[in-house]
Amino acid sequence: MTDDDLDQIDRNRRHFLTIATAITGLVGAGVAIYPFLASLKPSARAQALGAPVEVSIGSLEPGEMVRVLWRGKLVFVLRRTEEMLKHLGDNLDMLKDPNSEVVEQQPEYAANATRSVKPEYLVVEGSCTHLGCAPIEDFEVRPADHWTGGFFCPCHGSKFDLAGRVYTGVPAPTNLRVPPHRFVRDDLILIGQDAAA
Amino acid sequence: MSRIESEIGKPQGGLMKWIDDRFPFTETMKYHITEYYAAKSFNVWYVFGVLAMVVLVIQFLTGIFLTMNYKPAAADAFASVEYIMRDVEWGWLIRYMHSTGASFFFIVVYLHMYRAMLYGSYKKPRELIWIIGMLIFLTLMAEAFAGYLLPWGQMSYWGAQVIISLFGAIPWVGDALVEIIRGDYSISDITLNRFFALHVIVLPLVLICLIFVHIVALHEVGSNNPDGIEIKEHKGANGIPLDGIAFHPYHTSKDLVAIIVFLMIFCAVVFFAPEMGGYFLEHANFEPANMRATPEHIAPVWYFTPFYAILRAVPSKLLGFILFGLSVVLPLFLPWLDRARVKSIRYRGWIYKSALTVFTITFVVLGWLGTMPAEGVYVLAARILSVIYFAFFLLMPYYTAIDKTKPVPDRVVYHG
Repeated sequence: MTDDDLDQIDRNRRHFLTIATAITGLVGAGVAIYPFLASLKPSARAQALGAPVEVSIGSLEPGEMVRVLWRGKLVFVLRRTEEMLKHLGDNLDMLKDPNSEVVEQQPEYAANATRSVKPEYLVVEGSCTHLGCAPIEDFEVRPADHWTGGFFCPCHGSKFDLAGRVYTGVPAPTNLRVPPHRFVRDDLILIGQDAAA
Repeated sequence: MSRIESEIGKPQGGLMKWIDDRFPFTETMKYHITEYYAAKSFNVWYVFGVLAMVVLVIQFLTGIFLTMNYKPAAADAFASVEYIMRDVEWGWLIRYMHSTGASFFFIVVYLHMYRAMLYGSYKKPRELIWIIGMLIFLTLMAEAFAGYLLPWGQMSYWGAQVIISLFGAIPWVGDALVEIIRGDYSISDITLNRFFALHVIVLPLVLICLIFVHIVALHEVGSNNPDGIEIKEHKGANGIPLDGIAFHPYHTSKDLVAIIVFLMIFCAVVFFAPEMGGYFLEHANFEPANMRATPEHIAPVWYFTPFYAILRAVPSKLLGFILFGLSVVLPLFLPWLDRARVKSIRYRGWIYKSALTVFTITFVVLGWLGTMPAEGVYVLAARILSVIYFAFFLLMPYYTAIDKTKPVPDRVVYHG
């Protein structure tokens, strides 16, 4: 290439073409990335396996709890005794969210004093809202410790009462989540489907 | 070295010449091995880089053989590991080498990093080597974490649950990110499958690339030494640093001794204490994953526990995540946090010496606290030590600037 040729280069045009090629290439790459990222999302099968599960509660005694899996997540179904329900109001000043004001943590129909559809039956996800460990039940009442029964997370010491409400001064930020659920019959709960559906 | 000179060093004719005309083989060997000069005064702290390479090779070899019998599916994973342990000939040896290798990788890398803190190896002009090294460390943590899920034991499952949930603490995108990592609504077969892909392909590939760049950067600026002086500043008439000797055969033969001692210790653990009292292989992991119950006492493997203790010390989910992340990443900024004019601890003042001593004790005790239950005095101790941990890094610009340093010699100094 001679000096003459160099003089004839239209640098503006060359600059424009470089930028245009780069942008077109980046857009193409961006579009091509999408299928790969999308493939990481829960697949159709994973979504199908997330279908609602039925829990038969006919044989559940007062004070008894069953653990079921819904979408691979642990769900506690506890039949609370009269005694348990009576104590729910005892420690309100020690709870972070006693009135269930964090809306994501329960369906509207469970945003009440007992955090349940029927006061007797507590349905909560057994997944600590801190880092997802399964809390351990501790239903013994110990007035000396202001403990009226509830759940204790073995990982980082978060504490919840018998409505799954988190105590203050522990790492878990919110109450245990109440999954969508409804009573199909008096003795059958469907977890994963809202009462309205 | 000019083109002409390097021609002279080449063997004339023959296969080597044929290759060298087509690929810079002799040139590369010289540049990185036979004519790479490092200080004569290296002490035992300088063997851990080579040992990290040895462990890497052990992990690659044993890992490849493990994949030939392991099944990355939730229904089969735990049983396939037991199958390797009981039914595959020598399977137990290969698996114990791999599990012990993971812990030794961290022992060696922690000591390698500590060496840099002792002798200021992260300081100018080696900042980039340090940064790449920190990226290697982060990748190694991810690699170890992904690998720990694969046996699908109780600790695999719940450890992964805790660490993946950590990302859920990020505002707005947290929940979506967690779902992308797991590929499911909970840790499942799908998660196990993709962690397998990360553990055997993605992360090892990243690791290899980073190690390559780490060494290229090191050989560009040259190795540091216990005196923290630049040996390139005093070269002989032949252009070779007066305080330097060639990597091969001098440093390599010394490293061979270190490798033999290392392998003796490594084999002793593999054969006599592969579980290391629950520190290398946690007892709860001998039970298959059970989604219905978290083990009573859950703790990560020892090499994550200092950072885990910091995480647990914070009674807030988001702040805990931030401080946990910060505690891992902070050392990356050492080259700029450290304002001392000298590199080596030998010529530093009492302030840095005390600070490093306190930091060392803090890190070890935090590691121990991370294995203990999160209650009472342990949490209090973890909180105090977390403050010291951060103070060591964040106050460094002040205390290293006022620390009274000693004059640094021109040439390396020998001890003993």
